[in-house]
Amino acid sequence: MNDAGFPLLSLITFLPLLGAAIIATVQGDERTVAQNARWTALWTSSIVFAISLILWFRFDTDSAGFQFVEQGLWLEGLGIGYHMGVDGLSVLFVLLSTLLTPICIVASWQSVQTRVREYMMAFLVLETMMVGMFCALDMVIFYVFFEGVLIPMFLIIGVWGGARRTYAAFKFFLYTLLGSVLMLLALIWIYLDAGTTDIPALLQHRIAPAAQTWLFLAFFASFAVKVPMWPLHTWLPDAHVEAPTAGSVILAGVLLKMGGYGFLRFSIPMMPDATVELAPFIFALSVIAVVYTSLVALAQTDIKKLIAYSSVAHMGLVTLGLFTLNQQGIEGAIFQMLSHGVVSGALFLCVGVIYDRMHTREIAAYGGLASTMPRYALLFMLFTMASVGLPGTSGFVGEFLAIVGAWQVSKLLALLAASGMVLGAGYMLYLYRRVIFGALTKENLKGLGDLSPREIAVFAPLAVLTLWMGIYPTTFTAFFDQSVSRLIAQHQAAIAATRQLAGL
Amino acid sequence: MIETGAVFFPLLGAIIAGFFGRSLGDRGAQLVTVGCMALAAACGVALFFDVAFAGNARTVVLATWIDSGSFEANWALRYDTLSAVMVGMVTFISTLIHIYSVGYMSHDRSIPRFMAYLSLFTFAMLMLVTADNLIQLFFGWEGVGLASYLLIGFWFDRESANRAAMKAFIVNRVGDVGFALGICGVFVLTDSIAFDAVFAALAGHGSTMVSAFGGEVRAVELCAVLLFIGAMGKSAQLGLHTWLPDAMEGPTPVSALIHAATMVTAGVFLVARMSPLFEMAPVALALVTIIGASTALFAATIGCVQNDIKRIIAYSTCSQLGYMFFAAGVSAYPAAIFHLFTHAFFKALLFLGAGSVIHAMSDEQDIRRMGGIWRKIPATYALMWIGNLALAGVPFFAGFYSKDMVLEAAWGAHTAVGQYAFWCGIIAAFLTAFYSWRLLILTFHGEPRADHHVMEHVHESPPVMVLPLVVLAIGAVFAGAVFYEPFVGHHWQDFWRTAIVVAPGNDAMENAHHVPLWVKWLPVVMGVSGIALAYALYMGAPGLPARIAARFQGVYQFLLNKWYFDELYDALFVRPSMVIGRALWKGGDGAIIDGFGPDGIAAAAKATASKVVKLQTGLVYHYAFAMMIGIVVLVTLFATGRF
Repeated sequence: MNDAGFPLLSLITFLPLLGAAIIATVQGDERTVAQNARWTALWTSSIVFAISLILWFRFDTDSAGFQFVEQGLWLEGLGIGYHMGVDGLSVLFVLLSTLLTPICIVASWQSVQTRVREYMMAFLVLETMMVGMFCALDMVIFYVFFEGVLIPMFLIIGVWGGARRTYAAFKFFLYTLLGSVLMLLALIWIYLDAGTTDIPALLQHRIAPAAQTWLFLAFFASFAVKVPMWPLHTWLPDAHVEAPTAGSVILAGVLLKMGGYGFLRFSIPMMPDATVELAPFIFALSVIAVVYTSLVALAQTDIKKLIAYSSVAHMGLVTLGLFTLNQQGIEGAIFQMLSHGVVSGALFLCVGVIYDRMHTREIAAYGGLASTMPRYALLFMLFTMASVGLPGTSGFVGEFLAIVGAWQVSKLLALLAASGMVLGAGYMLYLYRRVIFGALTKENLKGLGDLSPREIAVFAPLAVLTLWMGIYPTTFTAFFDQSVSRLIAQHQAAIAATRQLAGL
Repeated sequence: MIETGAVFFPLLGAIIAGFFGRSLGDRGAQLVTVGCMALAAACGVALFFDVAFAGNARTVVLATWIDSGSFEANWALRYDTLSAVMVGMVTFISTLIHIYSVGYMSHDRSIPRFMAYLSLFTFAMLMLVTADNLIQLFFGWEGVGLASYLLIGFWFDRESANRAAMKAFIVNRVGDVGFALGICGVFVLTDSIAFDAVFAALAGHGSTMVSAFGGEVRAVELCAVLLFIGAMGKSAQLGLHTWLPDAMEGPTPVSALIHAATMVTAGVFLVARMSPLFEMAPVALALVTIIGASTALFAATIGCVQNDIKRIIAYSTCSQLGYMFFAAGVSAYPAAIFHLFTHAFFKALLFLGAGSVIHAMSDEQDIRRMGGIWRKIPATYALMWIGNLALAGVPFFAGFYSKDMVLEAAWGAHTAVGQYAFWCGIIAAFLTAFYSWRLLILTFHGEPRADHHVMEHVHESPPVMVLPLVVLAIGAVFAGAVFYEPFVGHHWQDFWRTAIVVAPGNDAMENAHHVPLWVKWLPVVMGVSGIALAYALYMGAPGLPARIAARFQGVYQFLLNKWYFDELYDALFVRPSMVIGRALWKGGDGAIIDGFGPDGIAAAAKATASKVVKLQTGLVYHYAFAMMIGIVVLVTLFATGRF
């Protein structure tokens, strides 16, 4: 029936739900429930990750088409069907989601002590939604998962968050909802236009250029909020600051990528003419994001806020790369998304380590941790350098390819994008200097213990990935080379067709 | 095998010392890193002779690194004459400095970490010089930057060290933006980033124009200028030099290895490596010459009034790098690399000698609080003399051959910028000799100005520190005479082969051998005069310098404050960034975006809701649901109307 011989994608999408159901049925006193919930969640997500590795080994990197396809009958007469599959653009995001979920569960092992059962369920449901979103090949299915992600995330921030969690959760919800509503509008329009919601079929469908602009903007409203692009980014710092550590990891690691993925899956291939038309607008917003949020990051006094703003700057490079519409730009953008997923996730975990010990995120409360926590200092340095984009780490490859892509569009654009190299070094090293370096003078920091084995286990896979992606990135780019080439070829063909029509 | 060994032994040492330092202990970490470095040096020096002298150039490909469309880069080790010279020099000097560090850092708390960083640096530097494409070069480039950052901030509990480390990294990053964009430019122009392919493709692009920043420019000029901006950052040239003096916050062996002998010369190496590109870009070359010459002079003027022994030598480094650049700028790349090569010996010697003085003086670095110690540390004193003689270009020491060659090439270029460089270089030669002897006299001679506790403890350094100095001193004496003929003699092309390309018509190298006698000897005359002046002022009339400083207070303050570059940058870039960042955060994000966006809408909604209180349920999803239904209805109406 498909490349795996069994419905692999459905299995990794819905297995977490089964885990959540099991957790829901656990009986006993609070301690037992908590412990069982943790272990069940860890086992479930680990098994899901193990199964998802089949994708890693069996994915055919020579093909640009959809693989592991599953097609079921649903509302067949209406042109809506259950259709799952992955191509080069999505497969690594699925793996990123399945990797980060168990890491998050281990990271929350001790820091979450209230409503553990619900917390673990929320994470498993979240995993289902994320994986489903990246696998969906039908617009309706996609939309359900895309919106579904909101609910567990809203709860994670709103229930297990910090002091201003309610404000942050609602801000997050309203922002993303506003965008979603406009996207729904566009989806309905496309359905009525094409008579189907099947994504592969829609990729062959031509939408009238006149309508594309409006559709593009409607999708844009949703994806731009998710990325988030300037000036729709202000929900992100609040959401990050209030979210529990693991929530931030998923938020930065996977949720922000939904926007970029949406551009790749819908906006660019389905609305090629509008893409070309509006690319300058996106470029402008992207470079503003790079410069503006980098400067804002420089002024932050809260570690999490600083990293949140750095995320906006890094994602600015992603949107810039995507709309350059050349091989380096798009590959750079995808790579940057993957790298950012690993690195920013790791950075939030780094914050979590000291937050668990000191219960503050104020930069000024720290200083001189290198003396007492050398292992932590080393890991933090690694991820700092990856965030700065040092060659040899994952951050470099995506950033550099995106700049190469931008250069082909405009030299000025490349220069502005590259200014992030300086500003990024500025705010990250300034953070590192204030937290890790300096003399250890604060009494309450002197007794801090270095990383525990559990914490090292959380960081180890991320550290390995950061270096692996930096030293041997071809392992990863091979997955999306073909799909990106095809995306660009089809895009150019579509533009040429429009020109021809206009010429006639 | 030795090709890989030369580069990867240091990495091995760094990994072992870095990760297992605690179980190995201090002694173990020192043994491992020094041992690995010695092996690397054996390979490196063997390669130096095999590749550069026997002519066995080769490239070892290790793996594919980046592959995106035609943007392909390998991990590879390229050995031609240029990289072999660098590999030989780097591994050799680095080994000596590793050994010296065993003694110098013996009382430090984190010896394994220090040794690991040093080896890590060496590895990155070797990756840089053996790169066969621009991206691997950039990897090494940033790698040495990281190691430099870690080593400047090695004593991380000192605020000043942290500040200096950050400054070094960020100022270098400014240059790196240029470098990165230069790589983009080269790639877009030639559709490749591997050196051989780039150079092959360049030939057809001599007249290609590109639009950039609102104008039309020759593509090769744009690429060359951008790459040079990168070189300026790493090699501390005028404008991007501010980090180098501050980098002296790092332990002295670091200053010797990274901030004198090797890393800072990477910019010169880059220009030489990209000689086929620069040769097509006369405007860029002129810029290289002007910046180099100006830096040579500018840094020398500052060096004359500084009081920190290491900072004086740092400005001297900056100035000597200027010499190398203007040599490259007049197409005398071999002269530039030759000066780089000899400079590595005598500048490392001077720094390590200064370290030996600092060690003897109980960590005192201010030459105003030294003096009268030459009898107590005679070996260091003699070695410092040798280093300074070489630096000042006194005949038959190493610097004499290379500096003269550089100046003769500038003269031989027969161009206006060449003349500018020549005269800047001549004046700088005078100043160089002056500040060198000022340093020597104030440090070692006269009445002791330190308190008696310090003076009682003045002692010669242990053999583990003195022996590397002796080896470097041998280099500082003989490196010039021995390597003059192959590097820059009449048949320099037989030595450099294809590693350096000089366009026909750029004959500075050839003309340098046929200059008037006065051009040949003027640098020496200037050098000796500088020494004489220093003797007159600091030995003859010790009160005079202070009176001159008081008389010309304005000039003195201007030089003492390093032309006020730091203050200027602080006012122009650092402070505004922080202020703007704050303003954008509070004003842009807070007041405008949130004010008109979510918070404003929420407030407005609340106000409206209180009026239509009957419809209000207070639950967000009710509103959301109502909105969605409304929109679905709207779309349906719209769509059905349309079809």
